Amino acid sequence: MKAPVSWIREYVDLPADITTEQLAARLTALGLKLEAIEKPGEQIRGPLVVGRVLTMDAEPQKNGKTINWCTVDVGEANGTGEPQGIVCGAHNFEPGDLVVVILPGGVLPGDFEISARKTYGHVSAGMICSSRELGIGEDHDGIIVLPAGAGEPGQDARPVLGLDQEVIEFEINPDRAYALSLRGVAREAALAYAAAYADPAQRDVPAADGAGHPVEVDDPDGCPVFVARVVSGIDPAAATPDWMAQRLTLCGMRPISLAVDVTNYVMLELGRPIHGYDADKLQGAIRVRRAREGERLTTLDGADRALSTEDLVVTDDSGIIGLGGVMGGETTEVSEGTTRVLVEAAHWDAVSMFRTGKRHRLTSEAGKRNERGVDPTICEAAADRVVELLVAHGGGTAEPGVTVVGTPPALPAIALDATLPGRISGIDIDTATVVADLAAVGCAVDDGSGTLAVVPPPWRPDLTDPYDLVEEVVRVVGYDRVPSVLPREAAGRGLTREQRLRRRIGRTLAGAGCVEVISFPFVGEATFDLLGLPADDPRRSTVRLSNPISSEEPSYTTTLLPGLLKAASRNLGRGTPGVGLFETGTVAFPSGRGPAPIYGVDWRPTEAELAKLFEALPVQPLHLAVVLAGERERAGWWGEGRTAGWADAIGLVRRLGEELGVEVEVGSSSLMPWHPGRCAVVRVGGEELGHAGELHPQVCAAFGLPARSAAVEIDLDRLMAHAVDVIPGPEFSTFPVAKEDVALVVPDEVTTAEVEAALREGAGEHLESIRLFDVYTGDQVEAGHRSLAFALRFRAADRTLTEQETGAARDAAVALAAERCGAVQR
Amino acid sequence: MSGPNTDFDPVEVAALKPEEVEAARDAALAAIAGAADLDALKKVRIEHTGDRSPLALANREIGALPPAARKEAGQRVGQARGAVQQALAARQAELQAEHEQRMLAEETVDVTLPTDRLPTGARHPVTTGSELIADIFVAMGWEVAEGPVLEAEWLNFDALNLGPDHPARTMQDTFWTDPAEDHLVLRTHTSPVQARTMLAQQPPIYVVCPGRVFRTDEYDATHSPVFHQVEGLAVDKGISMAHLKGTLDHFAASMFGEGINTRFRPSYFPFTEPSAEVDLVCFVCRGVDPDDCRTCRGEGWIEWGGCGVVNPRVLRACGIDPDTYSGFAFGMGIDRTLMFRHGIEDLRALFEGDVRFTAAFGAEL
Ligand SMILES: [Zn+2]
Repeated sequence: MKAPVSWIREYVDLPADITTEQLAARLTALGLKLEAIEKPGEQIRGPLVVGRVLTMDAEPQKNGKTINWCTVDVGEANGTGEPQGIVCGAHNFEPGDLVVVILPGGVLPGDFEISARKTYGHVSAGMICSSRELGIGEDHDGIIVLPAGAGEPGQDARPVLGLDQEVIEFEINPDRAYALSLRGVAREAALAYAAAYADPAQRDVPAADGAGHPVEVDDPDGCPVFVARVVSGIDPAAATPDWMAQRLTLCGMRPISLAVDVTNYVMLELGRPIHGYDADKLQGAIRVRRAREGERLTTLDGADRALSTEDLVVTDDSGIIGLGGVMGGETTEVSEGTTRVLVEAAHWDAVSMFRTGKRHRLTSEAGKRNERGVDPTICEAAADRVVELLVAHGGGTAEPGVTVVGTPPALPAIALDATLPGRISGIDIDTATVVADLAAVGCAVDDGSGTLAVVPPPWRPDLTDPYDLVEEVVRVVGYDRVPSVLPREAAGRGLTREQRLRRRIGRTLAGAGCVEVISFPFVGEATFDLLGLPADDPRRSTVRLSNPISSEEPSYTTTLLPGLLKAASRNLGRGTPGVGLFETGTVAFPSGRGPAPIYGVDWRPTEAELAKLFEALPVQPLHLAVVLAGERERAGWWGEGRTAGWADAIGLVRRLGEELGVEVEVGSSSLMPWHPGRCAVVRVGGEELGHAGELHPQVCAAFGLPARSAAVEIDLDRLMAHAVDVIPGPEFSTFPVAKEDVALVVPDEVTTAEVEAALREGAGEHLESIRLFDVYTGDQVEAGHRSLAFALRFRAADRTLTEQETGAARDAAVALAAERCGAVQR
Repeated sequence: MSGPNTDFDPVEVAALKPEEVEAARDAALAAIAGAADLDALKKVRIEHTGDRSPLALANREIGALPPAARKEAGQRVGQARGAVQQALAARQAELQAEHEQRMLAEETVDVTLPTDRLPTGARHPVTTGSELIADIFVAMGWEVAEGPVLEAEWLNFDALNLGPDHPARTMQDTFWTDPAEDHLVLRTHTSPVQARTMLAQQPPIYVVCPGRVFRTDEYDATHSPVFHQVEGLAVDKGISMAHLKGTLDHFAASMFGEGINTRFRPSYFPFTEPSAEVDLVCFVCRGVDPDDCRTCRGEGWIEWGGCGVVNPRVLRACGIDPDTYSGFAFGMGIDRTLMFRHGIEDLRALFEGDVRFTAAFGAEL
């Protein structure tokens, strides 16, 4: 909402010396938030005057352009009284026109200094200005031609153009629809300065007489008040008065024609949207009702719309002529030839307005006000004001009939405990202050015993609850008076186990040289294709968005890998030799148990209802993904560098397991986007967590990553569920350790984990640790086999083991490995 | 003078002549002093103290002397041998020290060589920033609550006094799932976590809810369809706007430094009434002479977030008696907070995943 300060001052007796900035700050403190202050003339300095073109000679130039060599009467503004010679490139004017001239010594926006200069064979002493050059519009049609009588040559052009005006633009919150008018803004200004206020809606209006245009309202809930007045004999050529056009422009609206401008002007002035009909095109009585099934309307914007039975429509004998309160129809539109206008000032049900606007995707200045709530008591005043302006400036005559259908709905009284504003704000506020401040915002307050009966003013339909009144009192008292007090100490239990674990996981990965990434969780089929996921892969079953940012990525992701792979590729593309990236984030799978119910809000849903609601949500596990690409260890004076590979990925998962006190089981697997021979499935306690290993070469290529890039993706919720809670204090033996090494030849398809498990089980209770220290393939080992060398350590809790004991344990271990895995000792 | 000792053993005992002993000692001492290194000293030791050395031989011959002469000869030889042993030990220590020193000198390396063999990792500033915020509140006894990002429409809107016809619902540019009849949204704020908390427990409630939220915003230097918010909720007996102000002042000072407090301006949020926008004293210029300040653009204040007293309608929908309890709630953008705390110019840097950006925050606590 843009409000020219001079317009505000028309209704409020504000102190003369306050600046626009001060006024804006005070209004912001009351809840009308300052968006911007516009001072259109601020950047123009020096003589900007009204001029009258005396002569103009068109002079074609070699470059194909034609310039006009003009003499312009600028009165005494140039100090000589002689006509000023000016070269002008525009052609939209003629001798006798009033124009705007900046004389040498003046400065235009952009620090553009004007001086007399030689151009096209003349000395051009100044410039005839366009809106664009003055920084007040984007008009490309040419220079500004002022209406005849706008001013005298030599007079300062600033007041004529409104360049002396200052405009405050406010961001109006939805609960303060009344401030979408000068009437409302001025009222707040009066409140801010405790200044006298003259309500522009306060006017004597002619009473309804039953002689006006017939109107019938079938749906008084949808349209409680409908006022109609008719003005006839309007000169279609009548121009909008300059002051009105100027104010509309300052408020950000474009002047169009007198009839349209007057309705817009009154809407800005009073906040009441007005609709004008070409009265000669109306056929019979106006009727307001809800639309019927299958009805259609072509609205003013040319759109042919299918109507809903919830839409409020205005009809006449020809059918539907408008969407009530939202937009008129084409058939009764006020056009260039209109001489007789029916003025409609009607009050519409805000919820219906909101729904119709949303349904038809119609946003308009009128709709914005109607759906937020307008003062229903000023329909007659608004209609009368429109009539007044059309008569005054359009040469029309007000027809005698006045139609008023319905009565404005009254707002119910609110019972307010007078101590509530003080208790809720924490400010000491006595009852007298509460009563006075509520009265100041327009409420009628009946001071009972401790409980006040408060009737909000008709322009405040947003005031429905005691707490709404609290806000009114506190904003008048001043938000800056709220003291700063810490609440009592709460008995919190600190971070949850999962929250602490997540921090630890992040720190572990960062400690392992990985950098955390946050990527957008949106994917599409193409992404899954890049990952090489088969058609029936469960990760292709997604929760889809109905309004995604990009139609290419319409789904919430089921895997964190795409974002990481893209980020890795971006980093390598920018010259980083290698990256380890990780992300923890939610992925989503459809629960198939929707839709989610919508409950009422007057009481808490039952446990069963809540359970149903929670169940309907998609399944949203927390995932962790890591991508390792390119250089993992640097080359340097210490030797060669090392490229990331499958072992780094699996190593990270094992490392996390150690950090969380979880035994991670690794098995071979095959799943896209991993390399089928280099993919590990990771489990804890038999439960699958996810996968780790080298990426499939095709996936590396698809994402522009080097071969051998590796990745991890696991379900973090599951991992954390297994994390150790309370660590039992360890017991350990101080007796000497006995070491035994064994080298076992096994077929290639037998995994280390299998051999190790057999050895561990076979070695018995005194085995302290087992570790693979060498893998050999080559001449010494049969083809299709490899030799795995393990170091076994034995120790007893209560004695030194004998050589016979450890030898026997080793033999038992080897025997079980032979039995289970076909292992042969080398 | 006594006469010739006729009892005397006729064996030649020349080695025990005092001058011989002295000569042997002096030769040994000279050899010890002249030993240039530990190997040479080892040879000297064998030569002069070994079984076949003159002093060892002399020592052995003492037994051949008549008893009366033994003592003197024994003393002489013993002293000589002692002197040699002492000199040997001293020289041994000296040479040992020299040797060690030389070894250490030879092992000198260029300690300024690079040691960056392994890459350095870092957590994301949004993560560490969220943790910092959580810690500030946990220190006040609050708890950290979390919830799902794909949320029920009822929890994201209705329960928060944003009914289907509430004009404010159009203020929120919401991502809806397909079909819209499923009544699921990508949460537009972390407020549904507040609702979940109230649905799950009775007051006293003191929770802070950091998390990822979504709006259908353009993606540019200051807007993103994916961003992060932190909201706080306190519900207890006698809670007022003063407690809200106190909490936010403490939060601001903890995050930005002592003396950085807040101010309230009236505003509108469906879930709070009264509602306020909260501004922060500019922590760069501290509101003193802000005209040239780039951070607050001359305002002296920075818009930080929204807050207010929990609307009793919200309490009621979540099963809390508004006649017994009152509450306050606040919310601010984490990304935005970090942008002005760290002077980050472009929001998109948070989501691009360039390691050079994130690594710079590796030292964040
Ligand atoms: Zn500043």
